[in-house]
Amino acid sequence: MPRPGRNQVAEKPKNFFGSLKKLFNSLSTWKNLIIFSLLLAVISAIFSIIAPKMLSKLTDEITLGIKPDTELLTEINNQIKENNMQKDIVINDVTITINDQIEYVKLLSSMNVNDQDAMLKTFDKLPSSIYSLVKPKMNIDNIRNIAIVLAILYLLGSIFNYIEGYNMATVSNNFARTLRTNISYKINRLPLKFFDNHETGDILSRITNDIDTIHMNLNQSLANLIANLTLFLGSMVMMFVTNWIMAIVAILSSLFGFIFMFIILSKSQKYFEQKQKILGELNGYIEEMYSGHTIVRTYNGINNAQKEFDRLNKGLYKSNMMSQFLSGLMGPFMGFIGNFGYVCVCIAGAILVFNGHTTFGTIVAFMVYIRLFTNPLSQIAQSMTSMQSTAAASERVFEFLDEEEMESETHITKHLDKSKVKGEIVFDHVKFGYDPDKTIIKDFSVKVKPGQKVAIVGPTGAGKTTLVNLLMKFYDINSGNITIDGVSTKELTRENIHDLFCMVLQDTWLFEGSIRDNIKFNRTDLSDEEIMNACKVVGVSHFINALPNKLDFELKDSESISSGQKQLFTIARGMLEDAPFLILDEATSNVDTRTEELVQKAMDKLTVGRTSFIIAHRLSTIKNADLILVMKDGNIIETGNHKELMKKNGFYADLYNSQFEKTI
Amino acid sequence: MLKLFKNFTIKEWLIVIMCVLLTCVNVSLELRIPDYMSDITRLIQSTGEDVTNEILIQGLYMILCAFGSLISAIIIGYASARLSSSFSLNLREKIFNKVESFGDSEVKKFSTASLITRTTNDVTQIEMLIAMGLHMILRSPIMAIWAISKIIGKSIEWSMLTAGCVVLLLSVVITLMMIVLPRFKLIQKLIDKVNGVTRENLTGIRVIRAFNAEEFQSNRFETVNEQLTGIQMFNQRLFAIMGPMMNLVMHSLVFGIYIIGAYLIYNSTMADKITLFSNMVVFTSYGMQVIMSFLMLAFIFMMAPRSQISANRINEVLDEEILIKEGKFGGSTDQKGTVEFRNVSFKYPDADEYILEDISFTANKGETIAFIGSTGSGKSTLINLIPRFYDATKGEILVDGINVKDYKFETLNNKLGYVPQKAVMFTGTVEENVKYGTSSRKIAIDDIKEAIKVAQAKDFVEKMEDKYHSHIARGGTNLSGGQKQRLSIARAIARKPEIYIFDDTFSALDYKTDSILRNELKKYTKNSTNLIVAQRIGTIMNADKIIVLDEGKCVGIGTHKELLKKCKVYKEIALSQLSEEELKNA
Repeated sequence: MPRPGRNQVAEKPKNFFGSLKKLFNSLSTWKNLIIFSLLLAVISAIFSIIAPKMLSKLTDEITLGIKPDTELLTEINNQIKENNMQKDIVINDVTITINDQIEYVKLLSSMNVNDQDAMLKTFDKLPSSIYSLVKPKMNIDNIRNIAIVLAILYLLGSIFNYIEGYNMATVSNNFARTLRTNISYKINRLPLKFFDNHETGDILSRITNDIDTIHMNLNQSLANLIANLTLFLGSMVMMFVTNWIMAIVAILSSLFGFIFMFIILSKSQKYFEQKQKILGELNGYIEEMYSGHTIVRTYNGINNAQKEFDRLNKGLYKSNMMSQFLSGLMGPFMGFIGNFGYVCVCIAGAILVFNGHTTFGTIVAFMVYIRLFTNPLSQIAQSMTSMQSTAAASERVFEFLDEEEMESETHITKHLDKSKVKGEIVFDHVKFGYDPDKTIIKDFSVKVKPGQKVAIVGPTGAGKTTLVNLLMKFYDINSGNITIDGVSTKELTRENIHDLFCMVLQDTWLFEGSIRDNIKFNRTDLSDEEIMNACKVVGVSHFINALPNKLDFELKDSESISSGQKQLFTIARGMLEDAPFLILDEATSNVDTRTEELVQKAMDKLTVGRTSFIIAHRLSTIKNADLILVMKDGNIIETGNHKELMKKNGFYADLYNSQFEKTI
Repeated sequence: MLKLFKNFTIKEWLIVIMCVLLTCVNVSLELRIPDYMSDITRLIQSTGEDVTNEILIQGLYMILCAFGSLISAIIIGYASARLSSSFSLNLREKIFNKVESFGDSEVKKFSTASLITRTTNDVTQIEMLIAMGLHMILRSPIMAIWAISKIIGKSIEWSMLTAGCVVLLLSVVITLMMIVLPRFKLIQKLIDKVNGVTRENLTGIRVIRAFNAEEFQSNRFETVNEQLTGIQMFNQRLFAIMGPMMNLVMHSLVFGIYIIGAYLIYNSTMADKITLFSNMVVFTSYGMQVIMSFLMLAFIFMMAPRSQISANRINEVLDEEILIKEGKFGGSTDQKGTVEFRNVSFKYPDADEYILEDISFTANKGETIAFIGSTGSGKSTLINLIPRFYDATKGEILVDGINVKDYKFETLNNKLGYVPQKAVMFTGTVEENVKYGTSSRKIAIDDIKEAIKVAQAKDFVEKMEDKYHSHIARGGTNLSGGQKQRLSIARAIARKPEIYIFDDTFSALDYKTDSILRNELKKYTKNSTNLIVAQRIGTIMNADKIIVLDEGKCVGIGTHKELLKKCKVYKEIALSQLSEEELKNA
């Protein structure tokens, strides 16, 4: 099944804050670790705001190293004028000889004041005494200090980030595992009724997709959101602190871009939703056509199928293209907003620098701030969407975890010992319906004596399987009573009851694992010999021996095993359960009649001394039952053994004879 | 992958070329921006009268450049969205049509589930590559080359630093990917396993509870859960290095350039200082571009293999040779309703053993022929040879005197009314399901009603909310097995075919419905030939001819009575279902 793409269409939760609150409450085990990590994220975000400030200081220091010292230059000029080049002058402990002064004046007079480049070149030719005085003074010590601080900031920021990421990975994975475990245990505690109303696919999607969504977003989005919020607010604060005029320019210049971006985003959301919907339809259609391939072919349905497919496919094309196009705009737009803001900041900065209100370093800092300021906004928007889908996903997960469980059985004290049970079962005016208002079993009473073989027959929907469900206490009866050896099932634990019954069902349920594991199931003490004996009885030992690794043969979606053979494995599994009662619910429906006969004979040996219930489709299976219950619409309409019932010439006889009816 | 690109039309190639050109424009414009930045920085540094004005002009140019690059990016975005969407549109259609022409052996070879993912997920995978690829594959190298050319002559020290950063970052990213990627595949497998065990727990819930095996199953789940968490945790912890590492390297680059710059400026002559300074500012942004481009390239190389796998899977479907070839005969036949098998043998294309061996029989108009045998005896396979799900390996099959291989598919299908063992329902109404497909004649609503009546489905259909227009859910989940089966039978009846093929259709019905339905059907289809595969003796004991199969061989042909006398296998089957006495009475 195709998984829906992440972060494309955010499902809207019914109760956003409620679900998130629940989510955070259940995270309390890891509370300290999470707070610690988020704190690290905040600190490292603050570092990345401070860093540009340091970088701008660094730039300022470097700029100091570009320009000649104009103050000293003026002083030299003044002193030379004053002394008229008659004696050496001493400025800041440097002696400028008369010769140097003469050379200096010569150079100055030949200098083109309008050509900056030429001017700077002339500077390089200055006498060394003057040059050493006026040359740009870069404070290497300052630079080194700033560099060290910066390096530490960057390094620490990265380390903090990594620790945060590492911790969040730990937390989110452990949390996901706990959720999965909880769901798996929850399945065991839910009444069977729940599964009648909920599809397998739905529960599966909660345990995989939904938990995955929570996990991923917890791992990435939460810290991201916090860090970006810090960045956003922090950079705004820093901008204002550094220079409020430029801050306003920066914010205004990016604002219009964001408004535009949000318009695009909301537009693309529509196309994404549409795309997701059509894609779902298309995939469903493909699935339907592929699985019904033989019918499509033999009923000449191919042309129609292609037409319908084309229609859906073309519908997908448009929404697909538009959603892709619009979401692709984000990147370039962000780039443009960044550049636009940059220019605005530069121009505003230039004017300010020119008027002496600020330094060049401020502009450099702002160049970084504008990026720090524009990036988080789109990230915050994205994080919000993922928080939304997290809320929706956790809503579904918790909804499942909060489902009402089966009644607790801790108060039950009675216990029936497997080895001492005689095997009498009484149904006493039992009433039951899966829906409280729709009774299926209306008023059912029967007494089964120890060791009897009871067969239940009747048309589909008559309530045969329901009867078994009640006997096993899978469902609670509405009224009446069921007793085992005189003890009401209400007074026995489910576990105790299940222990008394050996049950083989129609659906051949096998799990992924070896044949041995499947037959053994949860009875780990069974030996290979016992397993092979059971297999011999149901007639699959031959088949198993022919397999390459015998009992170790892995059952997957193995096509080499037919549904009949699978059923024989489940019968073998059931036979190994040594219990006083036996239930066979259409246990041999997938086996061909000749094999069934063999199994039946083996079963008959097994059922000796045990009270057994047999539901069967094929009437041949049950002819030798001690008691046949004929059910229709939730009631027993006839009882007796085969002969008696045939004599009665009622519903059973009718059902039985219909298999020989002559077709004209 | 390249093979799939051969499907591009000339127009699409033109779009690709346009995208390449536009990307060049885009990159060149974008890389002009740092130039303007450096101009502006220099202007801010210098003193002069019209500096503000000049900054304004340069700024305007820079915004124009940025705007131009935005426009070109929008056009590229639009073109690549169109290209990738139309590519996936065509590819999906191609695969779908190909699969529709598949026979059973091709479908089995791939499996339905795999064909579905190939048509959906795999196509999406490639679509994504094209959409991103046009953006990144074209852009990254152009960007990298262009940016490098801009800085190459400026300073050895800075270039070395940038190169160092690129090498460092790439080696970190690639090492991480090498460790993480194979585990990603494992994670996917483990997720499937978690899914699988949960599905088992849900589908087998009654068995598990009956055996008190809840704990056992929970432990099985925990094992997989533990594995999944462990490996995923490892991956994500490792992956957590990536972001901070990338940040650190990029910051170090800027920082390093400044530090180196400081020393270079310190040691240079006055004349070079300002140039060095503005170069330094430019270098920081170009250096960043170079690193980003290489990173993008690395990611593409990581992604490409995944798409390559998808592409291969798609190509396998598209290249599959279809074994069942359509014939040419489309006219009408002299005979009606006859089926003849002449020494037919069959084995699966790659198998050694024959599933059917030397089967011969004739069915005449109006006759009912039944096939019986234990599971694996080949009775379904035999009957599937008529609508050509497979072709006979040896011998020939004639329908109305003409070899099935010579028919056009449509002509042959119009003669047949095939009902499978497992009913197939489509999303739609009852009516749509019954009149599904096309047949030799138009199916009117009265035909549909009649067919539903004959198939014993009238009662429940009329009880449904919208009667014949009632909605049937995907896969017919709102109907019971027996109901689906009856509608599936009605579908065949509505076509009024010459030959009915019932592949174990009646086993899903209870005895009573089964016998009434067959009675009605017999009355209704007096002139049609019926071929029935069955398990129940009761279903077939009145057939004109019963063919008993055992391990692919025909071990008896005759009526019920004849076979009871002379065919041992048949007698065994019969006795497993009915007593001696009952057989005599019947």
